Amino acid sequence: MPAPAHLFPLIRNCEISRIGSTACYCHHKHLCCLSSHFAHSHFRYAPQKKFAALYRPKEHFNHFIHARDYASTPQRFYLTPAQVNSILKANEYSFKVPEFDGKNVSSVLGFDSNQLPANAPIEDRRSAATCLQTRGMLLGVFDGHAGCACAQAVSERLFYYIAVSLLPHETLLEIENAVENGRALLPILQWHKHPNDYFSKEASKLYFNSLRTYWQELIDLNSGETTDVREALINAFKRLDNDISLEAQVGDPNSFLNYLVLRVAFSGSTACVAHVDGVDLHIANTGDSRAMLGVQEEDGSWSAVNLSYDHNAQNENEVERVKMEHPKSEEKSLVKQDRLLGLLMPFRAFGDVKFKWSIELQKRVVESGPDQLNDNEYTKFIPPNYHTPPYLTAEPEVIHHKLRPQDKFLVLATDGLWETMHRQDVARIVGEYLTGVHHQQPIAVGGYKVTLGQMHGLLTERRARISSVFEDQNAATHLIRHAVGNNEFGTVDHERLSKMLSLPEELARMYRDDITIIVVQFNSHVIGAYQNEEL
Amino acid sequence: MFLRLLSDIQWRAAHPKWRRMTSSQRSTSTTAEPQPVSLPAQAQVVICGGGITGTSVAYHLSKMGFKDIVLLEQGRLAAGTTRFCAGIVSTARPVSIELKMAHYSNKLYQQLEQETGVQTGYMKTGSISLAQTQDRLISLKRIASSLNVMGIPCEIISPKKVLQLHPLINIHDLVGAMYLPEDALVSSANVSLALATAASRNGVQIHERTSVSHVTIQKGRVTGVETDRGQIQCEYFVNCAGQWAYELGHSGEEPVHIPVHACEHFYLLTHPLQEPVSSSLPTIVDPDGRIYIRNWQGGILSGGFEKNPKPLFTEGRNQLEIQNLQEDWDHFGPLLGALLRRMPGLEALQIMQLVNCPESFTPDMRCIMGESPTARGYFVLAGMNSGGISYGGGAGKYLAEWIVNGYPSENVWPLDLKRFGTLQSSRTFLRHRVMEVMPLMYDLKVPRWDFQTGRQLRTSPLYDRLDAQGARWMEKHGFERVKYFVPPGNDLLDLDHSKTFYKPDWFDIVGSEVKCCKEAVCVIDMSSFTKFEISSTGDQALESLQYLFANDLDVPVGHVVHTGMLNENGGYENDCSIARLSKRSFFMISPTDQQVHCWAWLKNHLPDDSNLVLEDVTWKYTALNLIGPRAVDVLSELSYAPMTAEHFPSLFCKEMSVGYANGIRVMSITHTGEPGFVLYIPIEYALHVYNEVMNMGQKYGIRNAGYYALRSLRIEKFFAFWGQDLDAFTTPMECGREFQVKLDKGMEFLGQDVLLEQKQNGVYKRFTMFILEDHDTDMDLWPWWGEPIFRNGRYVGKTTSSAYSYTLERHVCLGFVHHFDEKTGEKLVVTTDFINQGEYEIDIAGQRFQAKAKLYPFSSLFTQRRRKDEVELSGYQRE
Repeated sequence: MPAPAHLFPLIRNCEISRIGSTACYCHHKHLCCLSSHFAHSHFRYAPQKKFAALYRPKEHFNHFIHARDYASTPQRFYLTPAQVNSILKANEYSFKVPEFDGKNVSSVLGFDSNQLPANAPIEDRRSAATCLQTRGMLLGVFDGHAGCACAQAVSERLFYYIAVSLLPHETLLEIENAVENGRALLPILQWHKHPNDYFSKEASKLYFNSLRTYWQELIDLNSGETTDVREALINAFKRLDNDISLEAQVGDPNSFLNYLVLRVAFSGSTACVAHVDGVDLHIANTGDSRAMLGVQEEDGSWSAVNLSYDHNAQNENEVERVKMEHPKSEEKSLVKQDRLLGLLMPFRAFGDVKFKWSIELQKRVVESGPDQLNDNEYTKFIPPNYHTPPYLTAEPEVIHHKLRPQDKFLVLATDGLWETMHRQDVARIVGEYLTGVHHQQPIAVGGYKVTLGQMHGLLTERRARISSVFEDQNAATHLIRHAVGNNEFGTVDHERLSKMLSLPEELARMYRDDITIIVVQFNSHVIGAYQNEEL
Repeated sequence: MFLRLLSDIQWRAAHPKWRRMTSSQRSTSTTAEPQPVSLPAQAQVVICGGGITGTSVAYHLSKMGFKDIVLLEQGRLAAGTTRFCAGIVSTARPVSIELKMAHYSNKLYQQLEQETGVQTGYMKTGSISLAQTQDRLISLKRIASSLNVMGIPCEIISPKKVLQLHPLINIHDLVGAMYLPEDALVSSANVSLALATAASRNGVQIHERTSVSHVTIQKGRVTGVETDRGQIQCEYFVNCAGQWAYELGHSGEEPVHIPVHACEHFYLLTHPLQEPVSSSLPTIVDPDGRIYIRNWQGGILSGGFEKNPKPLFTEGRNQLEIQNLQEDWDHFGPLLGALLRRMPGLEALQIMQLVNCPESFTPDMRCIMGESPTARGYFVLAGMNSGGISYGGGAGKYLAEWIVNGYPSENVWPLDLKRFGTLQSSRTFLRHRVMEVMPLMYDLKVPRWDFQTGRQLRTSPLYDRLDAQGARWMEKHGFERVKYFVPPGNDLLDLDHSKTFYKPDWFDIVGSEVKCCKEAVCVIDMSSFTKFEISSTGDQALESLQYLFANDLDVPVGHVVHTGMLNENGGYENDCSIARLSKRSFFMISPTDQQVHCWAWLKNHLPDDSNLVLEDVTWKYTALNLIGPRAVDVLSELSYAPMTAEHFPSLFCKEMSVGYANGIRVMSITHTGEPGFVLYIPIEYALHVYNEVMNMGQKYGIRNAGYYALRSLRIEKFFAFWGQDLDAFTTPMECGREFQVKLDKGMEFLGQDVLLEQKQNGVYKRFTMFILEDHDTDMDLWPWWGEPIFRNGRYVGKTTSSAYSYTLERHVCLGFVHHFDEKTGEKLVVTTDFINQGEYEIDIAGQRFQAKAKLYPFSSLFTQRRRKDEVELSGYQRE
């Protein structure tokens, strides 16, 4: 009997909204005096201790999430459903993989991706590409902090590093010969980019040279063994982070590039990358973005399987790892207020040389660097209790998963999604969206005591749930709509959605983080066929 | 309900079990099952179906003296739709005949408990129909006008008054309401059982758990029924099988097409309110909210007619679908919302049940009764469109009269089975159409609305050509007909916005078409008309037709005769134009919806003679009506034949060539009173002839026109149309058509006695033309039909059709005037003086407009008449 379960939340309806609305006014007021830069949830810069104690973005955030009535903005202009849609769909992108590309039958049907900014400009990045010289597809989300420079660089460069790491020796030689002799290069990746996903033109030469150095080393190292995907992923991550660090130390005669490489190195980024080849799914994760597999159970319901571990203070193994890598004397100062050295939320990241370089190196680079760097309070600031660097690594944790026919989709998303939604809900919403079926049990009153008003509320909610599906052509958009607009009942509330999206730039970050989502849909038939072959 | 056990109870008043079973509402008190009684071998009448209609027919038949009646029910009495019916008896019906049936039912149920001793739960609560918009209020006022002149108490009340009558209602969005204090509530199952009780006391044998497998028909007559318990020979069979009527009709070798289709219908039952609702609280109908609400055992019962109905049993009775008939709350959601908007105080009221009870619907929202056109003795009463309780009593009475007397005491043509043919019998058509019909129950019904589903079924070969030229279409008997042509660049309102009780947006468009008919020439595609050919080897055709038609058909070959096809009472069964093609063959044109009825009438009345051939040639000919003074020029140029009055007099028919096409039947009639011709073209020549006519007509200013122009022309000329103005209860004497009756033609004909009597003693009603005097076409409500006519302040009759006359620049209404005795209400003879010496008013939605009565058309309108001696008076259309 599904009726009581459905009906229960109705009774709570009114109370929650009332409590929420009274709570939020004062919070909002003192958050206003913070600059948006400091408000970042990944990194907290606190020159004055007092200030740091005052401000815990995450907690405040939660308050606001529950505040249905946004009392402090008197009678805002409401967005129409069409305006809401145009905001939600501005960055959406879909790619359908041809089932047979002439060489391989793809286990990926396609993917939907989208992002919704909270920071201005957005600090999240996303990438998707098909490997052309090896099999497989790469997809990744990158959550930048302290600016978007590092996330941008990683989103442009990481897949090349991975692709190169995967290439067999002969192909590497071929490529090197082509470059050597000025011949046309074999294409390595086919990118699937939204028009807003840009690549930096100025740095391409610099980035290429670093990459070439990498493959030259790979050629020299030729071990003769077939490339293991796990190793390739780890090597690529580490190598790229190393290159970012080196480029910043060496500098560049071009002042623009010189500043760029420094910005890249001093900002940071997490990365959560999926490599899909047939039934082999590898997730390489650095930081607190997350990969989740949507599994359809035999009864048609949806469940979620985590394919990554968050690298943050909530992960005991990760805290343990950090503590192991440093002397016991530092044990207390390593993780404070759930942050690395009391500052950084992700425990692994690209860039962030402030947590990797020695104090001397940092000082030298900053001093010799351009004026803009010197003027920046943040770059000059050395983290407290900074004794035995490096404290941070870009080395990913790689999880391998053999795809099964019941594995219907993969969600890669930055923490902006995960802090508003439970993975179980994500699995259900995406699953129902993709199958187009709402497993809404018919309601039966049976012997239960239900009033007309309760029934009316329940029916209205069920209708809203169905109608929101039809608005979206993109699973990621659909998920964002829910993440931002969900009310207490897990259904999209247009009013709430409209309020959240019409927040001014400087306020948006208080209520939500950047959200970037990629939803990869698998071809169960192909996966089933692979499975049978292996059997 | 669907168990078919071989047990049986014979329903007799004398049976000791009987009382207990009815008083306890069949609470399965059949602990000791009565002995099954075997079926009789024969009976006069077998009725199939023990719901409200079946028991009502049995009740009335037995009252009218039929004794040998058997009623068969496949399950238990009153166990189908009747059992679940909401039990509202309301006379708030827009169609006059339905209103009369509901009124009768109400009176019948009121005294039924006293008559039978069975508790019917009859409660006179009254009903309030709410209006959220001004348009809705207008439609209610129109109904109120009809009710008032029938003597049924009815009041248009303010929202405040609504609140006084019904304290639970939110009146903030109301503009008014209609209050019917006499409307009632009943327990529908008990009413049915009471009728069954009375019937069985009168000798009707009732057998439950007996299902009819099929009806045997021999030589076009019912001979008996086959049941799962044996055979019964019978003279009459009555199909009252409700939603199974279609299947039962198709079960035999010779199908009887009964176009009904079931839809799921939901209503809600609640627990009692904290302070239980009074059982006398009026019923609320909120058509704009699509819901009705009645009191029910201290709580409420509320259902409605949603926009998105769920049709079912499209493929026939289906066990799976029956099992899936469950509460569908998501589907009911919008109606629940409407209920809570109307009665916000009910939020905390506890739900008892959502009942899903299938109702059967018909293609035009009116119920189906009458005799099958193909099987004599096969009667039908079904398709109640969820008004079964309201109509049941009256419908049963009319059908019983039909069986006993050969025809009911009222004109039931709007409900006659013969208005449908095989073409409405497609399951796909029915499924789509009932999905439109069910929401229409509560949709605003404005003048001239058309069905949107089941369209483009029958079309003229010129359909695409006309459509490309801006034709807007309506449908009659499945045939697409042009209403008018929208000139290029002239955007009319979309469908929803063109709904109005006032001046419609096509006013000027039709005006220019009318002008063209008057001054130049127009073409109207009239292919939909029913066309028969009757021929014989000898004189049989002439002799038979002379008997069936009032006018003299023994005319020279090539003449066209307008004549009524009358019944024994002199009433019009059909109104035709008959051309004598040769000595022994006739070509007969009648209205579109006569195709089934006229065929059945002729089949029943023509002698069974293999030398006499009747053929339906409707599909063989495309008819182009060339109307206007220049039609003669167009046609003579195309045919190289002189077409002037000297060579081609009015009411003449000749086969000739038009363009390259030969064998075109040209008749000098136009159905409008304007000069012109109708061309009956074998369909393969249709496009050619049309193109030739349009090309040649260019220099005479030819253009396309539609039926709205035709209607305006015929009404201002005082032409009566069968089905609209004329019916089986109207004689030629009553509508000024004495000149079409040849009492002295030297041969007896049907209805002759009555006409002769009327000629001597006068008539009791008179077809009259009214010109509205103080009516502002732009500002005032337009007349439609059914408006009450007042003479010197007293009600004398109703209008039957109306149109704006572009020539008179006035509205013209046609209608019948009676002369009711001021004291007794008795009908008196209507004389010419009576008509001429009165001050008239027409009541349009409660507002009265002065009107001038005329018994003859304006002669000034006939300036272009081609032949002075004979006025063409005919026409065939129903709007």
